[in-house]
Amino acid sequence: MTYQRRTKDQLAVRVAEDMPDGAYVNLGIGMPTLVANHIGGGREIILHSENGILGMGPAPRAGEEDYDLINAGKQPVTLLAGGAFFHHSDSFAMMRGGHLDICVLGAFQVSATGDLANWSTGEPGSIPAVGGAMDLAIGAKQTWVMMDLLTKKGESKLVRECTYPLTGIGCVSRVYSDLATFECSPQGLKLIDKVEGLELAELERLVGLPIRT
Amino acid sequence: MLNKRVRSVAEAVADVKDGATVMVGGFGTAGIPNELIEGLIEQGARDLVIVNNNAGNGDTGLAALLKTGRVRKIICSFPRQADSYVFDELYRAGKLELELVPQGNLAERIRAAGAGIGAFFTPTGYGTELAKNPDGGPKETREINGRMYVLEYPIYADVALIRAERGDVWGNLTYRKAARNFGPVMATGAKCTIATVHEFVELGQLDPENIVTPGIFVSRVVLVPRVATGAGGFKKEA
Repeated sequence: MTYQRRTKDQLAVRVAEDMPDGAYVNLGIGMPTLVANHIGGGREIILHSENGILGMGPAPRAGEEDYDLINAGKQPVTLLAGGAFFHHSDSFAMMRGGHLDICVLGAFQVSATGDLANWSTGEPGSIPAVGGAMDLAIGAKQTWVMMDLLTKKGESKLVRECTYPLTGIGCVSRVYSDLATFECSPQGLKLIDKVEGLELAELERLVGLPIRT
Repeated sequence: MLNKRVRSVAEAVADVKDGATVMVGGFGTAGIPNELIEGLIEQGARDLVIVNNNAGNGDTGLAALLKTGRVRKIICSFPRQADSYVFDELYRAGKLELELVPQGNLAERIRAAGAGIGAFFTPTGYGTELAKNPDGGPKETREINGRMYVLEYPIYADVALIRAERGDVWGNLTYRKAARNFGPVMATGAKCTIATVHEFVELGQLDPENIVTPGIFVSRVVLVPRVATGAGGFKKEA
């Protein structure tokens, strides 16, 4: 059988589907930002931005940018009716204090038990930057990762143990990838779904780890 | 009569000493007190320790201060950005010390300084490279109710430079949109907080229900013209 990878937009749709109405959600920089485009009309998901925004809306129309109203990636956004501004220690209390329902983050690697590596490749000479990644990873009620399953070289980003510097330990509960969706737990990986035509045996071969169904 | 208004930026930053720890509000370009930073460059204090979320964008503001070579160390969460080339070069050349702190720990360590907290246990960073002291030794950890925490200490500052929106002679402040970010918490964490405002109002004109930073946390307020915040910190798409 042949199978097709989910496109980034299809993956974003898949993640958005699993968010319950009324959820407070933080979308990380990069691929997770796409999820905002796929929260359909009539659904109410309240987006948090680490720099002090709840009820963040979409990008403004050209010419209406206000750079006092930006997201975590420093790009201009808007505020929905009912939105609020607050300072940084309140914003991170929302994370660390377990008030956010879900955060969606990108990753370099995730271990089968939910360790996350997403802030540094540890390469000598690279300039480290962490931002809010560590606070988000351990703070939200659920931390989801959205990523391609394989690197460009074809190596699995789901691993037995992360080799890149860790962001948090045992913090990821789900991984949404272009080929399959997984649950991570102390018992290891469990399959939630996979793209049509992809056999479990092939998926296990790609990941190199046992996957419970 | 209590009057925290000072006439000029130069007067506001005149007594910043060499070796001072200076908190600088802002996230990306929003809330960066550019006029006060320019004042500090003019004033000439050196051997400074800067506390900011980032490490400057482009060639202006914080990046311009770094470029003078008068900053010894920067404490921040996210130095590397699309346009942080001034920082990148100084860091790579070994001319600027970096203490990298998870953003929530940065905010909370500043809050602790302002709130009289001696130290605090946080779950953020546990088991990571950032749960190490600058000398490489592990930070103290503790299991509390089955969860692991790292002991973090306050960041005290001599001066905080912040950008607010409206203010009065008692130092009460309001902010504009997400330019608020680190302003209110930094105002609490420094011995001397200097704020710019774009509008000075009579006492009583700020709605007391909506004052964000009460004047007790503010030492000096200086009026500066409103300039729209510029873009920065991300790659512009063609």
